[in-house]
Amino acid sequence: MIELAVFLPLAGGLIAGIFGVRMGDRAAQLVTVIPMLIAAILSSYLLWHVGIQGNERTIELFTWIDSGTLELSWALRVDTLTAVMMFVVNVVSSMVHVYSVGYMSHDPHKPRFMAYLSLFTFFMLALVTADNFVQMFFGWEGVGLMSYLLIGFWSGRPSANAAAIKAFVVNRVGDFGFMLGIFGVFFAFGTLDFDTVFAAVPEVAGRTFSFLSMELDIVTTLCFLLFIGAMGKSAQIGLHTWLPDAMEGPTPVSALIHAATMVTAGVFMVVRLSPMFEFAPIALTFIVFIGGSTAFFAATIGLTQFDIKRVIAYSTCSQLGYMFFAVGVGAYPAAIFHLMTHAFFKALLFLGAGSVIHGMDDEQDMRKMGGLFSKMKVTASLMWIGSLALAGVPFFAGFWSKDVILESAFAAHTGMGLYAFWAGIAAALMTAFYSWRLLFLTFHGRTRADDHTFDHAHESPPVMILPLVVLALGAIFSGWLAADYFVGHHLDEFWRSSILMTHNIIEEAHHVPKWVKFLPIVVGAVGIVLAWVMYIAKPGWPAKFVAMVRPIHSFVFNKWFFDELYDRIFVRPSFVLGRGLWKSGDGAVIDGVGPDGIAAAAKDIAGRASRMQSGFVYHYAFAMLIGLVLLASWFLFGFFG
Amino acid sequence: MDSFPILSLVTFLPLVGVLFILAARGTEEQVARNARWGALWTSLATFVISLLLWLNFDPTTSDFQFVEKVAWLPAFNISYHMGIDGISLFFVILSTFLTPICVLASWKAITVRVKEYMIAFLVLETFMIGTFVALDFLIFYIFFEAVLIPMFIIIGVWGGPRRVYSAFKFFLYTLAGSVLLLAALLALYFEAGTTDIPTLMAFSVPAELQTWLWLAFFASFAVKMPMWPVHTWLPDAHVEAPTAGSVILAGVLLKMGGYGFLRFSLPILPLASEQFVPLIYTLSVIAIIYTSLVALAQEDMKKLIAYSSVAHMGFVTIGIFTATQQGIDGAIFQMLSHGILSAALFLCVGVVYDREHSREIAHYGGLVERMPKFAFVFMVFMLGSIGLPGTSGFVGEFLILLGVFQDNTWVAFFAATGVILGAAYMLYLYRRVIFGKLEKEYLKKILDLEPREIAIFAPLVALVLWMGIWPDPFLSVFDASVSNLLANYQTALSSVDPLNLAGR
Repeated sequence: MIELAVFLPLAGGLIAGIFGVRMGDRAAQLVTVIPMLIAAILSSYLLWHVGIQGNERTIELFTWIDSGTLELSWALRVDTLTAVMMFVVNVVSSMVHVYSVGYMSHDPHKPRFMAYLSLFTFFMLALVTADNFVQMFFGWEGVGLMSYLLIGFWSGRPSANAAAIKAFVVNRVGDFGFMLGIFGVFFAFGTLDFDTVFAAVPEVAGRTFSFLSMELDIVTTLCFLLFIGAMGKSAQIGLHTWLPDAMEGPTPVSALIHAATMVTAGVFMVVRLSPMFEFAPIALTFIVFIGGSTAFFAATIGLTQFDIKRVIAYSTCSQLGYMFFAVGVGAYPAAIFHLMTHAFFKALLFLGAGSVIHGMDDEQDMRKMGGLFSKMKVTASLMWIGSLALAGVPFFAGFWSKDVILESAFAAHTGMGLYAFWAGIAAALMTAFYSWRLLFLTFHGRTRADDHTFDHAHESPPVMILPLVVLALGAIFSGWLAADYFVGHHLDEFWRSSILMTHNIIEEAHHVPKWVKFLPIVVGAVGIVLAWVMYIAKPGWPAKFVAMVRPIHSFVFNKWFFDELYDRIFVRPSFVLGRGLWKSGDGAVIDGVGPDGIAAAAKDIAGRASRMQSGFVYHYAFAMLIGLVLLASWFLFGFFG
Repeated sequence: MDSFPILSLVTFLPLVGVLFILAARGTEEQVARNARWGALWTSLATFVISLLLWLNFDPTTSDFQFVEKVAWLPAFNISYHMGIDGISLFFVILSTFLTPICVLASWKAITVRVKEYMIAFLVLETFMIGTFVALDFLIFYIFFEAVLIPMFIIIGVWGGPRRVYSAFKFFLYTLAGSVLLLAALLALYFEAGTTDIPTLMAFSVPAELQTWLWLAFFASFAVKMPMWPVHTWLPDAHVEAPTAGSVILAGVLLKMGGYGFLRFSLPILPLASEQFVPLIYTLSVIAIIYTSLVALAQEDMKKLIAYSSVAHMGFVTIGIFTATQQGIDGAIFQMLSHGILSAALFLCVGVVYDREHSREIAHYGGLVERMPKFAFVFMVFMLGSIGLPGTSGFVGEFLILLGVFQDNTWVAFFAATGVILGAAYMLYLYRRVIFGKLEKEYLKKILDLEPREIAIFAPLVALVLWMGIWPDPFLSVFDASVSNLLANYQTALSSVDPLNLAGR
């Protein structure tokens, strides 16, 4: 059954990919959607079977790499953590598959698109079922590849191609750290199997090794390196620049890859490696810092953007920050809990945005929307649900998970925990604000669309609405249903050995002061009211406000100038350096001194030699004399001393 | 099987094909056709027989197998000695595998002097195989150097406009190294009294002499590899060579340097090898970063791939001199993988070059619209070159970096940056050629792969994926030989300086 849940998407993807053109669009859609739905049902059952009933197991498939003491197998490891991830991945993916049938109905390359989606799902499953570091890296790179292909799916657009390359290369920067981390693990532990490494961590903890001529704590260093990989994949501050650009891909891709699943792989990785990270407190503190900063910084940018998808993209970035600082304070279950609820409501928001874009003739600028509620009531209502969940309004999914994260950060009672707590509170305020800014700008007030577009704006077909409804159910109920198991009384018996928490911070989080519990709800409400004032009651205010804080606004609106900075210090210098090394290094120096230089010198000497044959006897005699002197002195001084 | 001289058969079978082609009579067109078919059948037969080697190979022992030994110059203690172990087996198969592909790739591209062209390739095949199966240093040297001649002719006769400059640059560069190799060979002979490779491996060369011999070997192998800074012949040679010439050059000839290090430098001169590890590491790291940056700036497809080859070979030299099981396993695997991938990438360039007669990247763009099949195979090889897990490129690179991390974290650190740069220049190339809008008028009628080309690419794609997903059948073959090599290496080191071993 586990095998089916993992390999059905692969089979569907391969069939649609190879025979897609010959079998036709409809068949390609069926051959991918049906296996995905089956896989989703199977993994729902697996969540119950493994998570609640406790039947975890590892299936060995076959040997992958065997070199000296390094032995790696392909294996499917399914414990509670994996089961939760499989459930999230397969359910969201199957909904996105169904949705895509409608969304991509005008696209000429439907089979290819469906194949990519299914293959992506397979790689994601390979990542979460990994039993060793390298298989995880296989899935990690596989999802990166599919992300690259899907961002650049409309390959005629230069901006899409640029975004695709950017996504791949920035992720490679993260992978650079990930790979060094893997090598370090092998160096320190002599194996790359999770269980063996985890068992040996307490022994290795506290020891040091020489890394880049520095004597460093082993586990801390490795965790730092591995976390760099997580930062790349999960778009944390510094390596986040690819995620907003990734919105060039078709919207279902944004929902599946750049909101619900792939970008959360970094969070999953750290949680999976919790037996290592628990012994690296400094690395964890760093994670709290990065997570808190990202939550805050991405939210500020989200306030200012006008592209409907970019707002949600920055929101994703910010929410990933929440998950990371939860991980950093040791509240791993809370991070995974938020990962799951976020997958539902963020996929819902993205697909809802897609529904708007679809109905508006591919318009993404919110300045050209407004008043669409009357045109697409269902989409608007569903997006309201998604936003309520995102803002953490009580009893929607986000409320349960975001609260426990903020409480954990507070309960950590560390300086960095408090930093993350307040960054998270500020981000919660901004989250509520930009979510309702989005809703108001899109669906309410007077329309700013031109007459033609507005008249033709229409609700999406049922094949697109139905998946939204399923996701909306998740956005409403998943928090309430799962809280008890994920972060409540059944926490220990649910997660068992799949997560290591050396001390139960979740328990402490339940006993924080009352104001800590209410503050997120209050700031959420304030954010919503502010948005209402600014965009419904007094629509002139935002412009005035922006004029008042022009420098700050332009700093934030331009995304803190990260792209410009990187372009200056990395991208352009690389090209200049490459050209310089080629023309002057290879051309002038190596060839000039080497082959071409020697050839020229040989020609030169030959020319001189031929001139020397002057025909005068005394010339020859003189040359012979010089030669004689040299020879004699050579022998006398015994090879020049 | 032991008594049957199968290695000689594999080595010299291509020459039999040469005789048939020479015997062909008739009009020019008939001769050309006969030459093509003759070369194809001969090379296919050679390939099939070389597979028998793999089937009958015993991977549990590190001894040389299928050994043939006949006294040749008994007065000088030189014999015709052939045999293979786990290290050389796949290089033989790589040579026999790529030759028929080259013949097929030249089917339509070569229209003048077809007979001579095919003969050159078959002769080249014999020399290549001979290099990898020779167990006498002199025999090795003869084959190793002889390879230059047909390659020189292939570039010089069927190459592009600057073919003469490139051919001479190639010839002189590699010959300069070879002269020193010959000197070292003679010195070794006078020291040990034999040129028999297995005997030399057991012989311990005085430490002082090792240094000089090592440098002489290095001069030859580093040029072949090629290592920075003696790499500049490679881009020129590739650019001017016909497609199939590039395929063999990148696929097999570059591997001779790596094979030389593994077969001679490491086993015969262990002390000097250990002594020069910092040099190798430094040059390799420079090669990886330097040539990757240069590749980023290229405007010519073949040049770009040529520079990427230098970077990939930088990984190989690092792996060999880590003297760890993973490092050397990785280096051999990387050489095989690169043999397939670079060959395939040059074939990809050949596909569009045959249609458009341009290697300029800017000449293309948006090919995916007209050539989806081509876009797919190009994608697979590009990803292999990037080292994506699941392709052959990953396994080698990963093992090498894993090995070197245990020896020197700085080298691992800098070499791993090649992973980022490699992705950058390959994706950038792919984007400019394949993606974008198909706007150029002359490209609007370009045709996708034809059956002959699919027949060329299908086995290559299959191999890249096979070696990436299930590399075990390959790794297990060289396992025993590599661990034996390492055991001897460590013994040699510890016998001189036990502390030295502890440092590694």
